[in-house]
This record gives sequence, C-alpha cells and structure tokens, in this order.
Amino acid sequence: MSTLFEKVWSDHLVVEETADTPAVLYIDLHIIHEVTTPQAFTVLRERGLEVRRPDLTLATMDHSTPTTPVSSFKDLAVVGESAARQIRQMEQNCSDFGVDLIGFGHENRGIVHVIGPELGATQPGKTIVCGDSHSSTHGAFGALAFGIGTTEVGHVLATQCLLQRKPKTLAINVDGRLPDGVSAKDLILAVIGKIGVDGGTGHVIEYRGEAISALDMESRMTVCNMSIEGGARAGMIAPDDTTFEYLHRRPRAPQEEDWDAALRRWRELRSDDDARFDASVSLDASALQPMVTFGTNPGMVVGINDPVPSGSDASFRKALSYMQVESGKPMTENPVDVVFVGSCTNGRLSDIEEAARVLEGHKVAEGVRMLVVPGSQQVKEQAEARGLHSIITGAGAEWREAGCSMCIGMNGDTVPSGKLSVSTSNRNFEGRQGIGARTVLASPATAAASAVRGHVADPRTLV
Amino acid sequence: MKPVKRIVSRTAVLATKDIDTDQIIPARFLTTTSREGLGKHAFHDLRYDDDGGLNEEFPLNSPDAKGCRILVAGNNFGCGSSREHAPWALLDYGLAAVISTEIADIFRNNSLKNGLVPVVVDSQTHDWLLGNPGVELEIDVDTATLRLPDDTVVNFPIDAFAKYCLVEGIDQLGFLQQQQERIRDFEETRTWKP
Repeated sequence: MSTLFEKVWSDHLVVEETADTPAVLYIDLHIIHEVTTPQAFTVLRERGLEVRRPDLTLATMDHSTPTTPVSSFKDLAVVGESAARQIRQMEQNCSDFGVDLIGFGHENRGIVHVIGPELGATQPGKTIVCGDSHSSTHGAFGALAFGIGTTEVGHVLATQCLLQRKPKTLAINVDGRLPDGVSAKDLILAVIGKIGVDGGTGHVIEYRGEAISALDMESRMTVCNMSIEGGARAGMIAPDDTTFEYLHRRPRAPQEEDWDAALRRWRELRSDDDARFDASVSLDASALQPMVTFGTNPGMVVGINDPVPSGSDASFRKALSYMQVESGKPMTENPVDVVFVGSCTNGRLSDIEEAARVLEGHKVAEGVRMLVVPGSQQVKEQAEARGLHSIITGAGAEWREAGCSMCIGMNGDTVPSGKLSVSTSNRNFEGRQGIGARTVLASPATAAASAVRGHVADPRTLV
Repeated sequence: MKPVKRIVSRTAVLATKDIDTDQIIPARFLTTTSREGLGKHAFHDLRYDDDGGLNEEFPLNSPDAKGCRILVAGNNFGCGSSREHAPWALLDYGLAAVISTEIADIFRNNSLKNGLVPVVVDSQTHDWLLGNPGVELEIDVDTATLRLPDDTVVNFPIDAFAKYCLVEGIDQLGFLQQQQERIRDFEETRTWKP
C-alpha cells in the first residue's frame, strides 16, 4: 500500500528520519550547470573535499550560454564578462574535480532537463537532483527528481546524499482524453490554474489517469516540468511501456541483460491500488481548450477564448496593470511583439514539430520577432534532419543553437521592456524574460499561431 | 554559519502576494561566481526606476524601513527558482527573517541553510502585521516564537533539526560527512546500482 513516491523514497534511505533529524537520502544522478555550482565547488576547495561520485554527476552548460548561430563553437560570443567568467569557472571546476563536462562544441550539449532523458541517464526509480527548480521534469520517468540550492549542490558533490524531510503526496487525476489541438502544456497550465502557485507546497505530485497514460514521454516531461510552478518540488508519473520504449538503447540506459533486470524492477514502480495520498485533485482533460496566462504568475491562467477574470485584491490588479491586460476581454485581443519557442518545458523535438506544423505555409506577422531555440544540440540535429529548420526560417523565424535562452534571459536573448512575448517557457514572472517584459505562457502551437496572426491566437484556427 | 538565536527589529512590509525569486533577485545577476555582495541586487527591479534612481513608491525604500531586519511579505513568499542567490541577497541587504503565511519549499530550505529565518504565521497575525508596518517584533528561534508589541506570543513551525542548526550555528555538510560509513554501506549493499 505504497505510493510510487514512497517506493522510490524508501529505496534511497541511507538513514531514516527521526523527530530530531532528517533522513539521509542517496542521490543516483546529480546534474550540474554553470550558474548554481561555482560557490559549491568553492566550499569543496576550502575544505579540501573531493567529488564523491563523479560517475554519477552529469555536467553541462546551458543557462548563460549564447544561442546565436555559429559555424564553429570557437566563435561563440558569451554576453558579458561575468557570464564568460562563470563558463570558464565551470570548465575549470569540472577539470579540477574529475567531472566529465558536456561543454561547448559537444554534440550532446543542451539544457540539463533535456539532455538527461535524451542520454538515457534519467531512469525510473532514480533519485535525481540539480541546482535548478525544473528538475521536476525527470519525474516523467518515475524518478524522484527535485531542485536544490547551491549549498545542497555542495552536499551532493561531497557526499552523494541530501538531508531531507519526507514530503507529503498529492494525486492529480486527469481523466478523459485531450481534444485535438490541445497539448500537454495546456493541460499543466490548467492544473496550475486550478491548484494555484502554492497548491503543491510541501507535496510531491503524482500525475495519474487516462489522459496522463496517453501522453508520449516528451509531453509527460512538459507536465512534470511545471510541477514547481504549482509549488510542488517534484512531480512523478509511473513508468510504463511508453517510458521503456523511449529509454531502450539510449547511450546511458542499461544495456542487454542489465536492461532486462532494470525492466523487471521498473515494472514494480507504480502506486499500489490501495495506496493513500495526502491530498488529491481531479480534472477532465476532454473539457480543456488551449490555455494561456494573463498575469504575472503561472497560476493566472485562462482559456484562449475566455475572458480574463476580474479580481479585486491589490496583487491581482498590479499583475493586470503590469501586463496591460483588461478583465472581461479574451487574451486574443492582445498584439504580440515577440514569440519564443524553446526551454526545458517545450524545447524538445515534438515541440519544434508542433510549432513548425502551425508555421508551415505561413509567415511570421510583420513586426513580430520569433525565436525557436532547440533544447539540445541533439534536438537541433534531429529537427534539421526533418527539415523543420527550413519551415521555421522560411516563415521568418530565427533558428538558434541550444540553450535556456529567452526563458530566463541570462544570455542576451531578452524581450525588450514593455513588449509582449508569447512564450513556451515556464515562468511569466515580472521581468523574467527581460526588464519590463510582459510574458504570456502558452503551448508551442499557440505560440506559433500567435506569431503568424500577430496577436495571441488559438492554434485551432490555423491548422 | 553564525548562530541565529534571537532577532529583535522593526518590520518592513511588502504586501504583494507571491513574490517570486525573479523579484527577489533578477536572473541577470546570477552570473556571479561568489555569494558575497548580492544585497545591492535585492529586489532590484522593484527598488530602482528604469533610470537607476530609487523607486520612492517601493516600501523598502521609505526612510521608516531603513535598518529593518524583519520583512513581512504577502502570501506565499519565494516561489519560483532554486537560486540560493535569493537568500544570499536578502541577508546581504540586511534582512534576518521573513514572515508570511506560506514560504515556498526551496526558498525556505535555502534560507535555513544560510541563517535567514522563515516564519510562517496564521492569516490573522499576518493581516495585523501587514496593516502595522514598523512595529517592533522579537523572534526567538529556540522557542520558535514571535513576540508582538502587546506581548502576545505566536508560535511558528520550524523543523527541529533546522532549528538546532540555526541556534548552534551547525553546518549541515559537517553532519552529513559524519555519515560516511553508512553511505559507503548503502552503496555496497543496495540491490541495484545507478
């Protein structure tokens, strides 16, 4: 009578928690990047410590890296001296501590939460952490994955363990099937709209039900990715044949007889029928439409054709004023300046395909800048092999190198002040995409349709 | 970490709900490789106008807020990213505690590891604090209590271990390192290897 979460949790207990002390939890995969690790390596140096398990540490660079197209990675111009220093520091730290770095010019480089699954390093039943809150993405495979701060990055580097209190569990049951033209992004935006940005605080979510089982792996990653936007540190989906098929023969997945053994173990990773959750929420997928945000957090969500709600409290009014959006009118009335397709939420091959499908035969509207940034160099290569980049550039959009790019705006890819961006990323916080930038979160299809129409648009009117 | 036992200060109030980590410190300041000196970036885009001048409407810029070490924030403070730069910036800015009705998980964990005390109170106490900026409060970490100006004492939840580490100035990495033998045993005896 255990939940999926409880099975993975108890499988990693080095020391059980007591009233006085937290559990010591073993970590199977630690993913590190340039932004949240320098200060952790400094602590290791100060104390003369080593990285305990470089073999369980996956390092890359994604946040402050440029995405401007280049013929050679030697030409990459990092924006700003401090970003360049941070990138050099990452190279030095990995070299000094014996950690393999998937660095510039490496064919596997990309966003931490895109390359972990792509390489097959993300696997069911693992504990996975990274100094990035969207680590919840890896839960799509039935892993327990969550974001940690830099002090904890140091803990994992030095001991491969974390001190943790056992979180509570929240079941999110999604029945029915998503209608045509409605994607995983719309589903997770609807979930966050329902539970609010703090609805999952203190909980690990398990997404369950017919609509979840029907999703492919990339869609499941989109759903789990945004668990943190509902306040939950982790979101999980029980692994099934869809999961196993995705992982089979990936370079870091178990091979041959190890694969068979792993499969037997992974098939046990599901919540028992009589498992109890601390809380549960239900949603009907068949009633959903494309969703967009109208405010300044991911819980301020509305159906694409529905009027923006009204609210009286000061924070709500402040959000609408920042967004220059009016209650009572649908978001489709808002003109668009910038469109961004990419990020750890929606920067995978199927996302690029979804955007390209909408763009095909159309042009990006006059005055709109559209950026398409693959989540990894592998995604880039696969998209190009399918000719998607030609559709994208043919429509007048920019096709970039891999990275976090305009989701967080640390690398020079930013939205100008006051401009409205329809973005497939995960946060519409004030200033997230640039000082004064106004962000509307949406699916890749909605983003592409908005680029073509020049205003926030329902993709179902184009395909 | 220095021990944190007792905080006595007037409050500054930032009543906005859901203040996220991008408000606490915008991402463009995260290219640093140090944890020092981030106070100048705390609440940067709220604190300063577009031309770099102080935004006089921002409550923390008012003369009354000067020197306040306790921040009373609207519901659900610290949601968003895992950046530990958020508590580093607030501590360097001069804050020692944040009071709200809810504090996001990762921000709370990061705060506790750096000596910034997260205090969650009931909505009645919260409403009163929001409505009365500048009152003097006493936070006693050891008893996990907040003393209001009328001597009312309000308890707040805090994990026993986190509290012990705060009060004694214990470094959690040191504690974890003492578990080395058990970690080695776990690695050797587990039934599958990652």
